Amino acid sequence: MNCRNAIQQICGYLDGNLDEDLKRTLEVHLNGCHHCKAVFDTTRKTVELYCDGKLFVLPTGVRERLHDALRVKWEAQSK
Amino acid sequence: MANSRDAGLVKDESVLVTEAKAGSYEAFEDLVNRYEKKIYRLGLNLTGNPEDAEDMLQETFLKAFEHLPTFREDSRFYTWIVRIAINQGLMKLRKRRSSKEVQLDEPSNDDGDIMPREFADWRPNPEQELERTELEAILQDAARSLPMTFRTVFFLRDVEGLSTEETAELLNLSEGAVKARLFRARLRLREELSKTLKIKKDS
Repeated sequence: MNCRNAIQQICGYLDGNLDEDLKRTLEVHLNGCHHCKAVFDTTRKTVELYCDGKLFVLPTGVRERLHDALRVKWEAQSK
Repeated sequence: MANSRDAGLVKDESVLVTEAKAGSYEAFEDLVNRYEKKIYRLGLNLTGNPEDAEDMLQETFLKAFEHLPTFREDSRFYTWIVRIAINQGLMKLRKRRSSKEVQLDEPSNDDGDIMPREFADWRPNPEQELERTELEAILQDAARSLPMTFRTVFFLRDVEGLSTEETAELLNLSEGAVKARLFRARLRLREELSKTLKIKKDS
């Protein structure tokens, strides 16, 4: 397997969709190719960073304005 | 009407939907509380603009409130909300930018080489080393650099956890097109983030 073939498999590998033979072949390549290993690791990290919204906080006032708008709508509808 | 906060239990989403449909504002507000942060962050990443993100957030939940009686519950409530949010977000972008950029079904004009240019390792834990706001700004800048069609697929699939099939249906794309865009989106975001997060040779 060359680097181009390895990169083509990046999504399948990260999503766990490769068959065992292909996965093993890819892992052999990754163990011997620092460049591709770095690309795989940092692509995985990319997805992790975007998924990790735990520390994200809503800016001040956004939540209050949303709930005020919803309550106004609800009250108008209940009349 | 039962109070969803009684006994400190986290209510099942479908129970809240049923109660909200029956007229419980509190149940609806519980659903909003669960997802407001995620929808705002999605808006920020899609539009790249805090004002648009807040508009998108409000319009999404106001629309959801309005259309709740017609929600058929054949998908998760959150998937339904994301669908509304995406449509609101796309409308915002169409108003702001040329329509070409937000055509999601356009054939990808990014058929260039996908081979990476950055091969350096990253700092091991950027989320611990950087200030939260600094990291968020880096992530948003990188997202903004992506064509809308790639960005939307990436956030729906990888961040919101929609399936390839759901994403394809929502964006009116083939499943093959979703997979191809996801592949390119991941690699391009990685490339962008590498500029900031890579270990510099002289450090």
